[in-house]
Amino acid sequence: MSKRKAQSVWCGVRGIVIVLAWAAASASFCCAEPLSSTEIISQAARYDNATVTYTGEVIGEIMRRGAYCWMNTSDGKNALGIWVPVDMAKDITYTGSFKSMGDMIEVTGVVHRSCPQHGGDLDIHAEKIRKVQEGRLRQEKLNTEKLKYVFIAMGILGAIWILRRLLYR
Amino acid sequence: MILKPNIHDIKNIGYYLGKVLMGLAITMVIPIATALACREGNPCLDFVIGFVITLCFGLLLTALCRHTPHVAGEALRKTPLASPEQDLNWMQGMIVVALSWIGAMFLGAIPLFLGGHFVSYLDACFEAMSGLATTGLTLVQDLDHMSYAHNLWRHLIMFIGGQGIVIVALSFLVKGGSGAFRMYVGEARDEKILPNVVHTSRFIWLVSAVYLFLGTMALGLAGTLNGMKPANALFHGACIFMAAFDTGGFAPQSQNILYYHSFPFEIITVVLMILGAINFRLHYHVWMGNRKEIAKNIETVTLFITILLTFFVTAIGLNQLATYPAALTLFRKGFYQLVSGHTGTGFMTVYAPQLIKEWSPLALAGVIYAMGLGGAVCSTTGAIKMLRVGIIFKALVQDIKKIILPERAVIMQKFHHVQAAFLEDKQVRSVFFITLAYLLLYGFGALVGMWCGYPFLDSLFESTSASANVGLSCGITAVGMPSILKITYIFQMWIGRLEFLSIFTLIGFFVAAIKGK
Repeated sequence: MSKRKAQSVWCGVRGIVIVLAWAAASASFCCAEPLSSTEIISQAARYDNATVTYTGEVIGEIMRRGAYCWMNTSDGKNALGIWVPVDMAKDITYTGSFKSMGDMIEVTGVVHRSCPQHGGDLDIHAEKIRKVQEGRLRQEKLNTEKLKYVFIAMGILGAIWILRRLLYR
Repeated sequence: MILKPNIHDIKNIGYYLGKVLMGLAITMVIPIATALACREGNPCLDFVIGFVITLCFGLLLTALCRHTPHVAGEALRKTPLASPEQDLNWMQGMIVVALSWIGAMFLGAIPLFLGGHFVSYLDACFEAMSGLATTGLTLVQDLDHMSYAHNLWRHLIMFIGGQGIVIVALSFLVKGGSGAFRMYVGEARDEKILPNVVHTSRFIWLVSAVYLFLGTMALGLAGTLNGMKPANALFHGACIFMAAFDTGGFAPQSQNILYYHSFPFEIITVVLMILGAINFRLHYHVWMGNRKEIAKNIETVTLFITILLTFFVTAIGLNQLATYPAALTLFRKGFYQLVSGHTGTGFMTVYAPQLIKEWSPLALAGVIYAMGLGGAVCSTTGAIKMLRVGIIFKALVQDIKKIILPERAVIMQKFHHVQAAFLEDKQVRSVFFITLAYLLLYGFGALVGMWCGYPFLDSLFESTSASANVGLSCGITAVGMPSILKITYIFQMWIGRLEFLSIFTLIGFFVAAIKGK
């Protein structure tokens, strides 16, 4: 009796392990680990129509197109175009430019290697967006080293100007 | 016997080189004003430093190399500014041009390097030469956080280089004369539009200024309708116009044209790229009302045919791998990249790795052929150019006729380039020489690429792109590529833009300085 019980427990454990392994494998392919832009671009055929997770900084401008908008998002290597419903984008405060660091977002969406809706662009159609980190304005301090070089260069320019006048006086 | 260059040669070259550098310094005022308007403090300092250093070189060269009249004492004092300019001979004119481009690269790279978006000064020089030669290959880092001033400078040097650095100086700082014409020819423009070369230069600026206004407005409007803020859309419009009309290929954002996700933007840029690839002489005739010239001119006819043929090859190649299942998508992606390559622009609506991974070798071959052919002479494009391709075809037809027809038959081959002309052996020889030189240049860069460990097709693609001043990249051009390859591409962009003659003259000058008597 105890042997049969042990066998049935073992079968149950084995079943759970198999189910968990299958779930882990499919999750790793779909969306568990965030993918980099390099992986998505260089293996576009592999991820075509797959749901992936991608994290990056919103850069440039959010360009509204009707009920949707384009949100270009860079992970530092490349920037990818994310097609987002306007409602999902309303929490974005900062976009990356010279004067600001954009919000970092985690996008879960479907990769299109050659999007039929957008003229064959490689893009991601967002299903979910989560702000990972708030962006900020960049405080620009005047570089005193550069200022010093400006004065030195101005001095040299003045000297050349005087030399020129002296040469052809 | 080779004659050693004398002090008069060196002074004359130095004087005009100084003038050109002063012209370059003046153009740096534009990004300084932009930085002030946009309240960008450090970028403003970068450009002030660049401006002052460039002006120093210009003033120093013009002061040291200025010709003084052969009068002495009191008479010299009374005529301090008498005729400091002496006309350039052919050798001097060519060398001024070759050195001006090198000087502009080193000095134009200063503000770029100070901006902190380049890993090394070599990378900044690469960017500057790529801009000046209207190539569009880039080594910039973190472009999406670049200041307006630096971004404008990247595009402005493209605009200056597209018209010609010497054209800038000719238009505003140099008196018209035979020397001016020699510099004009040295910058790979062997066709005068108007009798006076200074008037020709000013006409080129007029055409460019009119298109700049129209193009910026059109792109700005498209950007605004696509959801951009109007001021930003106009800035992007101006930058994209400069890169499109001057067949450059830089863009303000790292995704290039893909950033805009906009079909109207693509259509406008295709029109601008084609306008930039057309001969300024043809622009002049069309402006004067002679519209029939478009259909008759050997260059436009050749351009039309070669675009069709190379697109046919590219489309078959794209169809092989079914990268773009829908026909319209295949056309949109294939045709855009093809026209961008053919006109020597280098705008991209695909990512660089996609070209190698998702385009078949046949599709890439189609684009490589297109890049190698280029646009019209006296335009802003690089490469072999349409007039030469047309003449080679005519010469081939003539030779076939000579074989087929009776020996006594007199065979004269005609072509139409603004006016009807007969094909001459001398002309054909010159065309073949330049074409061969370009083919060798494409091959040279490919060999260096392979030597650095890159595959053949990738190396040939990137080398052709650099030599023909295109800017399409299959991914080789990156910060991590070997320095020797960066220097090779800089050399290819320089020699490809100036079409060999100035560079050969410069080499000859150094040989004469060493071996001459």
